[in-house]
Amino acid sequence: MLGPQSTFVMYDEEFKRINFLIEKLLRESNSKVIFLVDKNGQLIAATGETEHLDTTSLASLTAGNIAATGGLAKLIGEKEFSILFHEGEKDNLHISIIGTRVILVIIFDQRSSLGLVRLRVKKASNELAAIFDELAKKAESETKPGQGESPFAEITDDDIDNLFS
Amino acid sequence: MSFINYASREINCKIVYYGPGLCGKTTNLQYIFNKTAEEAKGKMISLATETERTLFFDFLPLALGEIRGFKVRFHLYTVPGQVFYDASRKLILKGVDGLVFVADSQDERLDANIESMENLQDNLEEQGMKLEELPFVMQYNKMDLPNLTPTEELSKLLNPRKVPEFTASAVTGDGVFETLKAVAKLILIDLKKGAGS
Ligand SMILES: Nc1nc2c(ncn2[C@@H]2O[C@H](COP(=O)(O)OP(=O)(O)OP(=O)(O)O)[C@@H](O)[C@H]2O)c(=O)[nH]1
Ligand SMILES: [Mg+2]
Repeated sequence: MLGPQSTFVMYDEEFKRINFLIEKLLRESNSKVIFLVDKNGQLIAATGETEHLDTTSLASLTAGNIAATGGLAKLIGEKEFSILFHEGEKDNLHISIIGTRVILVIIFDQRSSLGLVRLRVKKASNELAAIFDELAKKAESETKPGQGESPFAEITDDDIDNLFS
Repeated sequence: MSFINYASREINCKIVYYGPGLCGKTTNLQYIFNKTAEEAKGKMISLATETERTLFFDFLPLALGEIRGFKVRFHLYTVPGQVFYDASRKLILKGVDGLVFVADSQDERLDANIESMENLQDNLEEQGMKLEELPFVMQYNKMDLPNLTPTEELSKLLNPRKVPEFTASAVTGDGVFETLKAVAKLILIDLKKGAGS
């Protein structure tokens, strides 16, 4: 399977299916915001009331949080804590792990409940996990050597220098 | 592990600043944050102790521009340098695409530099990575201070493979962007070769 250094690739088709699923989850769980983050802290997708949210920071801190609790889990002999729940005065945070490398984060308030969120997450998780599995397989088959499809195959030194000008 | 998103035409790469306690990792990021245009940066997050020592990590997202129609983003992280935060350092290293080792050039920190470099290699190895296979640059920081180990000697001890190396003073900003640019370049060259996949 995927080594620690494998690139995480997202394609149009799967991106659409993922967004469709989290929008559905948003409606069915009555939540405010949903986002998906990879375990390294990179935002994969987000939906809901995200305009006033710093999703980049949220993504990085969520990954840090999962990494830290994962470290704690190992120390006490658990593989991982698959669900984290943080209760606030108005908003609550439900964090769960999908497959092996993706984190699902849901922000909800009193219009929903932990029970409802849990229930909806369970079903959506399986569907999302299936897509991420497909993605991993697809990325693997498309990055086999000799298939110079990468948009970066033709990067020049100038392109790189221009980034910093 | 870089993240290439063909749907939103973005590519994200993770750069980690490593080095002994107080060598100036956080100061590097602060300088970059202060000198980067508003539209090219996100918020800088520092999870630090009351005395401003890094507790878990600093995080600075940069979106410098586009290459071939892809928005290129770099996520900069620092590790906590203090010896006893090793568990956290290991977590931050996960999925790293490029590394900067910030050495503290002050004489009395020579041993700390060497120890930190060995710690970096151990921690990478534990996760199945090798320093030699990663985009990697060296920075000799605090050049503005007296009592320095000569740079040639630091280089001999810390950089036997002669990866790109830079003298710097993170407080004044000397060498800070040169260092960042060098590691970013190595990462992009790596992507080009498809080595990152
Ligand atoms: N004179 C001088 N001081 C520096 C330089 N770089 C950093 N410092 C100072 O060194 C101290 C520690 O810097 P930090 O950037 O917090 O060090 P760090 O590597 O992040 O330390 P940890 O978070 O403990 O790992 C601060 O007081 C900085 O102002 C430099 O180039 N010259
Ligand atoms: Mg620091």
